Amino acid sequence: MSIYIYILVMAGVTYVIRMLPFTLFRQRITSRFVRSLLYYLPYAVLSAMTFPAIFYSTGDTVTAAVGTAVALVLAYLKLPLIVVALAAAVAAYVTGAFL
Amino acid sequence: MKEFLKGLSHGVPIALGYLSVSFGFGIVAVGLGISVLDAVLISVSNLTSAGQAAGVEIIAAAGGLVEMLLTQLVINIRYALMGFSLSQRLDDSFTTPKRLLLSFGITDEVFAVASAQRVLSARYMAGLITLPIIGWSLGTLLGATAGSLLPEDIASAMGIVLYGMFLAIIVPPARKEKSVLAVVLIAAACSVIFKYLFTFVSGGFAIILSAIIAAVIGAALFPVKEEDEQ
Repeated sequence: MSIYIYILVMAGVTYVIRMLPFTLFRQRITSRFVRSLLYYLPYAVLSAMTFPAIFYSTGDTVTAAVGTAVALVLAYLKLPLIVVALAAAVAAYVTGAFL
Repeated sequence: MKEFLKGLSHGVPIALGYLSVSFGFGIVAVGLGISVLDAVLISVSNLTSAGQAAGVEIIAAAGGLVEMLLTQLVINIRYALMGFSLSQRLDDSFTTPKRLLLSFGITDEVFAVASAQRVLSARYMAGLITLPIIGWSLGTLLGATAGSLLPEDIASAMGIVLYGMFLAIIVPPARKEKSVLAVVLIAAACSVIFKYLFTFVSGGFAIILSAIIAAVIGAALFPVKEEDEQ
């Protein structure tokens, strides 16, 4: 099968998912519960995506754990996104060099 | 113009993060036998990390189109929830054509930054998504062409960049609000339980179920006050 059919399906599904609620939904939600749900959901999604997957992200649990610890500390100190992300990679790399 | 430039500046850290993450994607895609141009085409048309990573695996394994469709649906359905959430903040400048166009740029990080705005204008959103789209595509091109020149240990260390970025988004609000901390911890705990105990639940579904369980508990125990969401 042509790779372009795969890419068309991938891109099509992903776009429709993004477009439909963003374009069609016009009302203001009044339910406090639903509003709370929408407020917490992004944090919940990102957390579920991160754990435990982050510990497998470098192919070695020890280097990944050190990278995670460094990222947690720097994120706690409210450092910029890019600093936290790259410092995690550097920490994982340096740890790997010593193992 | 001011709104567009503001969005553009807010997109700089996201674009830099994407540059390094998509570099990793480029390496993986070429390693699976996908051409450099096709890898870039996938990034330009999809603009999503987890979905693309799963997608190229299916392409490499010559999987079915239904499998592809369902996998993308499950992994990316969170964008529907994010789009739904953002739709509550759009101002009058967001006409239907603009919604159709700009919805393409909804990603985890764009959503996180856009959520911090009281009101979202179309110009701000256009500025916010521009550099991340460029960064994501350019990083893929660089990774696909030069990635094989990179030593193995550096390439594997780069695998953590995306998750580091996620932590940078969720940790500061969790530090500020106990309720967000609780939601984040519950979601992580559920995700770990699915991974090791309920292994019959696939990765994509496990993320959605974990997130919904945590957000429902959060909404039930800590309903937000009006000013929290503004």
